[in-house]
Amino acid sequence: MTMGHETPAGDLRLANLTKRFGVFTAVDDLSLTIPQGSFFALLGASGCGKTTTLRMIAGLEEPTSGQVLLGDRDIAGLRPYKRPVNTVFQSYALFPHLDIHENVAFGLRRRGIRNVGDQVERMLALVQLEGYGRRRPAQLSGGQQQRVALARALINHPQVLLLDEPLGALDLKLRRQMQIELKRIQTEVGITFVHVTHDQEEAMTMADTVAVMNAGRIEQLGRPADLYEYPATAFVANFLGQSNLLAGEAAGRSGDDALVTAHGLRFSVPAGRARVDRGPVFLGVRPEKLHLVERPEQVPAGHQHVGGVVTDASYVGVSTQYLVRTAWGSELSAFSANSGVGGQLPLGAAVVAHWDPRHAFLLPRESGEDDQTTPLLDQPPVGVLS
Amino acid sequence: MSALAHVPTSSGQAAAPPPRRGRHTALPYLLLLPGAAWLLVFFALPLLQLAAASLYDPGGSLSTGYAMTWAVGNYPEALQAYWPQFVRSFLYSAIALVLALLMGYPLAYAIAQKAGRWKNLLLVAVVAPMFTSFLVRTLAWKTILSDNGWVVGLLRDVHLLGPDGRLLATPVAVVLGLTYNFLPFLVLPLYASLERLDPRLLEAASDLYASPLRAFQKVTLPLSMPGLIAGTLLFFIPATGDYINAELLGTPNQYMIGNVIDSAFLVRLDYPQGAALSFLLMAAILAIVFVYLRKAGTEEVL
Ligand SMILES: Nc1ncnc2c1ncn2[C@@H]1O[C@H](COP(=O)(O)OP(=O)(O)O)[C@@H](O)[C@H]1O
Ligand SMILES: [Mg+2]
Repeated sequence: MTMGHETPAGDLRLANLTKRFGVFTAVDDLSLTIPQGSFFALLGASGCGKTTTLRMIAGLEEPTSGQVLLGDRDIAGLRPYKRPVNTVFQSYALFPHLDIHENVAFGLRRRGIRNVGDQVERMLALVQLEGYGRRRPAQLSGGQQQRVALARALINHPQVLLLDEPLGALDLKLRRQMQIELKRIQTEVGITFVHVTHDQEEAMTMADTVAVMNAGRIEQLGRPADLYEYPATAFVANFLGQSNLLAGEAAGRSGDDALVTAHGLRFSVPAGRARVDRGPVFLGVRPEKLHLVERPEQVPAGHQHVGGVVTDASYVGVSTQYLVRTAWGSELSAFSANSGVGGQLPLGAAVVAHWDPRHAFLLPRESGEDDQTTPLLDQPPVGVLS
Repeated sequence: MSALAHVPTSSGQAAAPPPRRGRHTALPYLLLLPGAAWLLVFFALPLLQLAAASLYDPGGSLSTGYAMTWAVGNYPEALQAYWPQFVRSFLYSAIALVLALLMGYPLAYAIAQKAGRWKNLLLVAVVAPMFTSFLVRTLAWKTILSDNGWVVGLLRDVHLLGPDGRLLATPVAVVLGLTYNFLPFLVLPLYASLERLDPRLLEAASDLYASPLRAFQKVTLPLSMPGLIAGTLLFFIPATGDYINAELLGTPNQYMIGNVIDSAFLVRLDYPQGAALSFLLMAAILAIVFVYLRKAGTEEVL
């Protein structure tokens, strides 16, 4: 058997992986390393090339160029059934003519393993489908089918498990439960998981490493907290959570600070939080790092600020989300925790929005791009982007 | 997650609502009426008449008239006289079926899964021969297989046929004719089944360590079973009863049971024997179909 399930796997490496469909480049010169045993999330909007990337790893799509390496072995030339990789398909792709038991046993049987009964039962128990073995896939709900798809792949103990939006069909509560469950299973079996999702919360809560993908390229890769706290591009800043991005011009360093001029105001950001320190930039502040006070004297020492008028306030329970219109007409969003300290600000109130420069960041900007604020309550509702 | 993990105590669904009364319940029967009347007048009654004819006194004739003598002996007599033609019918159509499967399955698969935008054109190509009469097509094969045609010429040149070997008037010609004439009946139902086959299932099989051959055996074949069963029946039943191919492409030595029945009714005017042979053929085919469906799994077809 050429699959080598016994040998230690090593890291999964993609080297300059490219896939073109005609003139359209779906995956563009992708290079990344996924350490053995890690939980890796590939996050991106619909159509950015996530599925195509997984299909190239699984062998279902032939790369236009580039390599897929498992340990030191280039597996790009191997047929899919020879790769120690299994996939949980976005469409489940359960075999309609086989019952659940046989669906789950399929991979084991193809590898000539006999007496699969116990293993299948254990796997069905793991995905909480005991007693469903004799049903056909059509008799199961979407969520149950998804768990069968997971069991069918996981039972083979592949070196790498590819999950293509495996929780997409579940309702919110079940989705959260399955996230915890998946994470637990991954920790238990120690298999490398490559988890594709468009749900940033899912990616952040589950993965050790998140790669944000956009138009066939990786925009940024790192630990979830690092990505959130210090995004590398405007796309990441907006895709992962929300951001206020002010268009400005950086004017180089002064000591440990990078200096910025935006809309006639001067700001600074610690040099360690500036991706660029010259030319057109975005000055970014997360809405929850932006605080509102009524008078300039109330701004704490060391904080930077802009003035504005409250144009919208949405009370969402744990917090109130404000929109503040600045003197130059852009709107900033600010979240204020409902901690019981301070009251609600009325619409039309003149306010000062301030932030700690250590929470701001500087990102490269295409000259011509204007301020960007993720509109209030526009966090993509879970499951809307497919 | 305990709320999900419950195992239903029975697989039954909620009881169906009670059927509505009144004219709605009569509607399905009204819709059946025209077809049922047609079958009664043109199938059931003639069948009864044929059954009666098969038991007439074999000594009668058209001119002297037939007497109903419950002559059950017509059956063993007919079988004894014509069993070689019976065996030949089933043998020829079985061989033709195997040939048709070898050609038809890949053809149906290619049209359904690989043809892309050529799909409709290829389907028309499969059906197009039906636009001309069965008889004309078989006569065309007579020309194609004739002794001075190019097919025989080529086969002689490559020594697959002896210098005076021939195709026409041999079993080969009859089997080829059957294969050709009934191929669309096999291909169309197969195509319908394979067209619904989701290629992503084959990808999943391949992801789960199934080689292409295994994926075919474990996924494609079982999922195309309904079309395969329907197609083989639609091919085999008319092919077994056929008499045109043996008549035009063969000699009396290749005659099938259809030719015997044909001559019993139209040449020898032996109505009791013709009727008995018809019933024997019907019974044999029914028996074969029954056994076949039991083996192949009726679930998908019925
Ligand atoms: N077989 C194909 N032929 C042509 N274009 C394709 C094909 N598969 C995917 N694409 C295109 O490649 C892009 C990326 O697709 P995909 O990897 O499925 O995106 P995602 O999974 O991130 O939503 C899409 O724009 C899609 O239309
Ligand atoms: Mg996708």
